[in-house]
Amino acid sequence: MIPAPGEFVLLIPEIFVLSMACLILVLDLFLRDNERVISYWLAQISLGFVAVITLALNDGQTHLVFHGTYIADPMAAALKVSIYLVTALAFLYSRHYLYERGLFKGEYYVLGLFAMLGMMVMVSAHSLLTIYLGLELLSLSLYAMVAFNRDAYPCTEAAMKYFVLGALASGMLLYGMSMLYGLSGSLDIELIAQALGGKAPSAPLIFTTTFIVVGLAFKLGAVPFHMWVPDVYQGAPTPVTQFIGSASKIAAFAMVMRLLSESIGSLQPQWGDMLAVLAVLSLAIGNVVAIAQTNLKRMLAYSTISHIGFLLLGILSGTQQGYAAAMFYVITYALMAAGAFGMIILLSRAGFEADEISDFKGLNQRNSWFAFMMLILMFSMAGVPPTVGFYAKLAVLQAVIGVDMLWLAAVAVFFSVIGAFYYIRMVKVMYFDQAEDDTPLAAHFDLRFGLSANALAILLLGLFPGSLMSLCRQVFGN
Amino acid sequence: MTLSDFLILGAVLFGLSVAGIFINRKNVIILLMAIELMLLAVNMNFIAFSHFLGDISGQVFVFFILTVAAAESAIGLAILVVLFRNRHTINVEELDSMKG
Repeated sequence: MIPAPGEFVLLIPEIFVLSMACLILVLDLFLRDNERVISYWLAQISLGFVAVITLALNDGQTHLVFHGTYIADPMAAALKVSIYLVTALAFLYSRHYLYERGLFKGEYYVLGLFAMLGMMVMVSAHSLLTIYLGLELLSLSLYAMVAFNRDAYPCTEAAMKYFVLGALASGMLLYGMSMLYGLSGSLDIELIAQALGGKAPSAPLIFTTTFIVVGLAFKLGAVPFHMWVPDVYQGAPTPVTQFIGSASKIAAFAMVMRLLSESIGSLQPQWGDMLAVLAVLSLAIGNVVAIAQTNLKRMLAYSTISHIGFLLLGILSGTQQGYAAAMFYVITYALMAAGAFGMIILLSRAGFEADEISDFKGLNQRNSWFAFMMLILMFSMAGVPPTVGFYAKLAVLQAVIGVDMLWLAAVAVFFSVIGAFYYIRMVKVMYFDQAEDDTPLAAHFDLRFGLSANALAILLLGLFPGSLMSLCRQVFGN
Repeated sequence: MTLSDFLILGAVLFGLSVAGIFINRKNVIILLMAIELMLLAVNMNFIAFSHFLGDISGQVFVFFILTVAAAESAIGLAILVVLFRNRHTINVEELDSMKG
């Protein structure tokens, strides 16, 4: 029953991240405050190394190890590499922000690496047990990160709300998992799929599916289970908001794929309908309520909700094309969200948080380059060509039309047009309003460079979407 | 005792805990207790299924849930302490600084 030594080879990325996180945790104790930057660089270097290891281990085949609890397949490799990239961006943007506020501590990067380890486990999970453990490792680290600025009141309130609703979501998901275990007699995703494969959808199966979908909807932040999203996004320190809003969405996508498509794929008509309701509500509430916001972080939270609606549209189609479109959507959305929160960090300085929409007034007069970067990010979120947001939305809509759900596509387009209003209002504020605050941007070179690369990558991916799109299609075998 | 008896007990416990989270407007500690009860309701389900299926993996899952629940309440109580220091109250209704 002991796993063969060869099985551990596939686990090297996880083992490496775990060892580095523990190493940084211990090493950080011996560092003086002015040497703290060593922890930061070690975290960044580990991200680079683990990306190389993951790519080297990926041979395009599917490997199941540890009695079917862990899977290494092309989807896992692609999603993991995008998680490393987005995490590296989150660490990069956080560095000076945390330093200026006296929060630059090694724990931040240790918690970040542990959260990322949780995401990696979620992405590679092939049993209900590993999905749950990965999810909890991610969530517990994120609760602590949201409360990181422990003397600031909104942070702790956000952490408490996130904790209670996150635990409720885990409870719902676990209840669904326990029923799924009872109905199929196994925790293994593949054995569950085999056990349920030939059965007609019975009442207990639909009951189980409902709990799993509700748990996933809570974690994704889909309406009507979205109430934590705006408060957590607004209350958490901006780099943490960025991390929650970008990297963890990719992991959540993987969890949805493993739980819905791979284990209870035979119930696709049932969970497809449930996701359709969630998607339409998310698109409607997300886009309409975002218009009323004056706080940019809160506006981006509602924008996230509407993007989750689009992501669900791709998944609910239940076709390989739809899954590939959803994967493309989530990777590009993570990059956009990273950039948009990065802009808030760029404009903030010690003692001043640029999280109101009015803080962006006249950005073009203050710094026309970064006004242009924000323009790219906003256009991409709105889905204006030639940015990548347009292709992501187009691919999802094609998948939805491909399964003859024209009304869903029409609803999605209608609410995207409404949503375009508040993104374009940001552009109007930056270019046509008078600046109230003439302080020149004092951001450091690495933040400027990372943010420019991030926004330009969105433009470039929009001009040449082919390679990422074909990667996503390849992962799902078409 | 049949399987459905245990499942009904699990469902009642689960329903109580969800009601505890949504109805409770007074105290955050009661929320933490409700969360704990919710995980235990799930454990009841897992053990019942594991016993009646004759499959040990459900009971192994329960050990993991118990461990994670311990870690979870440690973090929850830590957040609660920080919250109390900042706000001098743990009344759920007063956690309303963000709206919109």
